Amino acid sequence: MIDAIPDTPTESLPEYPRLNRLFRLQWEDAQQAYVLLYPEGMVKLNLSAAEILKRCDGTRTVTTIVTELEQAFNTTGLRDQIEGMLRAAFEKDWIQ
Amino acid sequence: MNAPAITQPFWLLAELTYRCPLHCVFCYNPTNYANIQNELTTQEWIRVMTEARALGAAQLGFSGGEPMLRDDLEILVREARQLGFYTNLITSGVGLNATRIEALKVAGLDHIQLSFQDSTKEMNDFLSSTKTFELKKNVADLIKKHDYPMVMNVVLHRYNLPHVDKIIDMALELGAEYLELANTQYYGWAMENRDQLLPTQAQLIKAEEVVNLYRAKIGKRCKILFVVPDYFEERPKACMNGWGSIFLDIAPDGAALPCHNARQLPGLDIPNIRDHSIREIWYESQAFNFFRGDQWMQEPCRSCDEKTKDFGGCRCQAFLLTGNAAAADPVCSKSPEHHIVKEIVMRAQQTSLPAAHLGVAEHPIIFRTDMNSRKLNIE
Repeated sequence: MIDAIPDTPTESLPEYPRLNRLFRLQWEDAQQAYVLLYPEGMVKLNLSAAEILKRCDGTRTVTTIVTELEQAFNTTGLRDQIEGMLRAAFEKDWIQ
Repeated sequence: MNAPAITQPFWLLAELTYRCPLHCVFCYNPTNYANIQNELTTQEWIRVMTEARALGAAQLGFSGGEPMLRDDLEILVREARQLGFYTNLITSGVGLNATRIEALKVAGLDHIQLSFQDSTKEMNDFLSSTKTFELKKNVADLIKKHDYPMVMNVVLHRYNLPHVDKIIDMALELGAEYLELANTQYYGWAMENRDQLLPTQAQLIKAEEVVNLYRAKIGKRCKILFVVPDYFEERPKACMNGWGSIFLDIAPDGAALPCHNARQLPGLDIPNIRDHSIREIWYESQAFNFFRGDQWMQEPCRSCDEKTKDFGGCRCQAFLLTGNAAAADPVCSKSPEHHIVKEIVMRAQQTSLPAAHLGVAEHPIIFRTDMNSRKLNIE
């Protein structure tokens, strides 16, 4: 009954994703993790989220990001995982 | 007995000065601010920031008073940013001109929160959109020009709650992207003026309806936050996210405070950064350990299953309203002294609203001025 799955209106990802100007990505020694800082708050990132977001600088397409990460980690088939993470980040306004 | 694990500080609030060009009746600064002199030097602030950052603090608020009155603000922002802080400026906008905002941007300031001033004249100006509006408009334009999000904060009370529609209209006209409508919290000057400022339940309900109408109308254009005053709640706020848990406030004279108003609490030995390192203050000082964890709690907090959620509420409020800083915050309906809050709210319902202006009520409202500060705090 695949038809029964509701049609979720997924906003398409920006072509050249970049970090929202409110957020800053940096390494926090005290957390031993990458974090996103924003007005009055902080999100701790896992390593893969950090690697993806680091590349959201407005000059790379999603495809470029996927290719770079697959090369960096010497693997393939990362697209779904990366797009999923980017969609979550987009919904949270971390990226524009 | 388990000693509480001490977490790292996260928020450093740098109250650079108590000086302020405004006279807001709801200011939470201590009423004796005029007696607190001897502001920290640039070098002392740099030491505070460096040491707090080393302990893990990541957010830094420059506040006051009016922080723009410190002419070393740009230097402090640059140092803070180099240390890796996310830097927030909390300002009325008075003194924020083209030259200074440019310098702050270059120094690496991350974020500006523009708060709205309020006093008789200023509020009337504001409601009639004249002089104050022009000042705010200029500052708002500068903020946008430098690619900062326009974040506005307006403190609400019984005199401006009926005009919340005008307040939102004006924020929209200024191009606000975030508007925080925060009801007055009753500390400092606001506590002195509480019976004047506390709204009625009907006012609050009406204002919240108006806010919701606007939210539906404007959608994503501006996000509106509406913070209900805790006197009208049944559970207390999780004040400071727990004492000595994430928040470190350094007052203009170097007093290190676990919350803005801790200075007034009895029995606390408030440390000063001129005598101690931030590490000693955070981990070892009597004041920061006083209400840490839950060993200090009394009933009904001690055995309450919500104590890890709200930490018993606000210590200052408990002290101000019950005389006992270790009591449950009487905002909580489980507090045996909840009736105190109920009675205050009830009294506010019965007081009729003066027609339109501040200062025509039976008890004169007390403006935050140096003279009043001295008058209220004669030894």
